[in-house]
Amino acid sequence: MTLIEFRNVSFVHQTGVTALTDVSLSIGKGETVAIVGENGAGKTTLVRHINGLLKPTKGSVLVEGKDTRETTTATLSRKVGIAFQNPDHQLFSESVENEVRFAMKNFGFGEDLIAQRLDWTLKFFGLDQYRKSSPLVLSGGEKKRLTLACILAWDPDVVVLDEPTVGQDALQKEKLGQIFKLLQSTGKTIIIVSHDVEFLWPIQPRLVVMSGGKVVADGQISQIMGNRELLEGARVTQPQLLRLYQGLASRPATPFLDVLEARDWIGGRKQKPEAR
Amino acid sequence: MSNTASIRRGPGNTLASIDHLSFRYPDSPNPAVRDVSLEVREGEVVLLAGPSGCGKSTLLRCINGLIPHMYPGEYKGGVTVGGLKVAETPMSTLAQNVGLLFQNPENQIFMFSVERDIAFGLQNLSVPREEMRSRVDETMRLLGITALADRAPHELSDGQKQRAALAGVIAMRPKLIILDEPTSLLDPKTALEVVALIEKLNRELGITFIVVEHRLELLIPIAHRLVVMDNGSKVMDGAPQEVLADGRAEGYGVGIPPVAKLYSALSKDGIRLPKVPETPEEMAEELNGL
Ligand SMILES: Nc1ncnc2c1ncn2[C@@H]1O[C@H](COP(=O)(O)OP(=O)(O)OP(=O)(O)O)[C@@H](O)[C@H]1O
Ligand SMILES: Nc1ncnc2c1ncn2[C@@H]1O[C@H](COP(=O)(O)OP(=O)(O)O)[C@@H](O)[C@H]1O
Ligand SMILES: [Mg+2]
Ligand SMILES: [Mg+2]
Repeated sequence: MTLIEFRNVSFVHQTGVTALTDVSLSIGKGETVAIVGENGAGKTTLVRHINGLLKPTKGSVLVEGKDTRETTTATLSRKVGIAFQNPDHQLFSESVENEVRFAMKNFGFGEDLIAQRLDWTLKFFGLDQYRKSSPLVLSGGEKKRLTLACILAWDPDVVVLDEPTVGQDALQKEKLGQIFKLLQSTGKTIIIVSHDVEFLWPIQPRLVVMSGGKVVADGQISQIMGNRELLEGARVTQPQLLRLYQGLASRPATPFLDVLEARDWIGGRKQKPEAR
Repeated sequence: MSNTASIRRGPGNTLASIDHLSFRYPDSPNPAVRDVSLEVREGEVVLLAGPSGCGKSTLLRCINGLIPHMYPGEYKGGVTVGGLKVAETPMSTLAQNVGLLFQNPENQIFMFSVERDIAFGLQNLSVPREEMRSRVDETMRLLGITALADRAPHELSDGQKQRAALAGVIAMRPKLIILDEPTSLLDPKTALEVVALIEKLNRELGITFIVVEHRLELLIPIAHRLVVMDNGSKVMDGAPQEVLADGRAEGYGVGIPPVAKLYSALSKDGIRLPKVPETPEEMAEELNGL
């Protein structure tokens, strides 16, 4: 079922800069979609259309079949949770716990549920010791995790994360990967904008490549990542495990998705069929 | 194996010296930096890693003087840069020696155009007009932002902001450049170009770098040294490959690049490659030759 649809969307900023040109894209319920592309390609501009923060200059955006021009941002915000690229544009409360509570309160969650969710998200993201602190004094990576915690706490149907791995160390990225699995298993629709190809690769999302305000490719990540010329144009590089796979004389039919798979294959415990 | 014994020394003398430094922010119960000592030599590229929130940015602020000059708190120990005691030297003097790229570029660029912003720093250094023009142009070209010269900072994408902020720091050509996650918002190709630029500035102009980065695969090829912090303390310090090969690094959230991870996994399985591969292509070749 199509949940989000961009129909020939163009967007021109007030200053006259064209950020999107004739973008058409449809995203189904329960899909995991990653958006990549060069700085200034239009990724942030695109995702800001999903909850109606931006309205197309031309064309239309539909969420559950409704034009975002005819829906209020408040209604859309009940469905779509967006974590911004820059956390400073999102955080405003006087304490970390109130920041996480805010949306849940607004949406009328009961006190018990709020307390439970608050506890869980702050612990999960390693922010529990900052409960009473001001969000302003957090480190850059901690601020980013707080924005993710705020969104995940109220459990939106559509989760949009603009560069979620910025400022995160390897262990935090691993946890983020786990969150994605959890969200996928509960049927959430996930849209991730990211430059971190090493992070995206094992998740194996549907990949949308943007360049110069246009969608230039849309499909399976392993297929698109194999197309060097296309990647070059959007200034995206190949993940290490794919590069390794391409260089091997004897290799399985499909690329290694993680280090364990590569280790097993190379060690002779071939659990994947060989390439013909 | 002692980590300090294996440090590959940069070519020169000590440029920055951190001596038993501790710092605690006013409302925080624990120090963000705990008893850190570190010597950075002229010409070194030092990579600083560690879990989010471990004190990396705080340590950088102590080196460029934002701490203690702009941030109040409890400060113990000391830092000297180019012979100047940071705590006793005005920020304007320090700025001639040290440039810091902030983690969030939005806190750094504030003039009404990208070009003006880059020129602003040079004006403060009293660089002559003609030289200023050419340095601004050259730096914009190096960072691929010439087309954005007249844009206001708020009309840029986040990656473009990061490049503009980086241009402002590089244009000033200080002896020591400190970069706080300089590629975090850059597309992969631009990130590689920025790494190449760091390498070039280090090699040709002898500029010393301290770089915080989580995507280690990017910086490892040009780093002389990898320092790891955890919970405010310095916990590892040595040649990058050695630190990565040390099992503790992963526990500190250091992002071991997939190829390096695979190399150690294979070693454990008894599959020994001729040498530690630096790229996936190199590893594939080594495996093909087995
Ligand atoms: N507020 C604004 N006013 C004018 N132009 C803008 C504004 N925000 C972005 N732009 C421009 O719109 C285009 C698309 O920007 P956008 O932020 O969507 O890029 P992006 O793909 O998210 O880039 P990044 O990877 O750097 O985050 C760029 O040319 C950018 O300079
Ligand atoms: N301005 C500040 N005021 C108070 N505490 C801060 C401030 N900035 C950072 N901290 C705290 O100091 C610790 C270290 O932060 P930081 O140096 O930014 O970490 P890193 O850069 O390693 O992610 C964290 O616990 C963080 O919450
Ligand atoms: Mg963006
Ligand atoms: Mg930091």
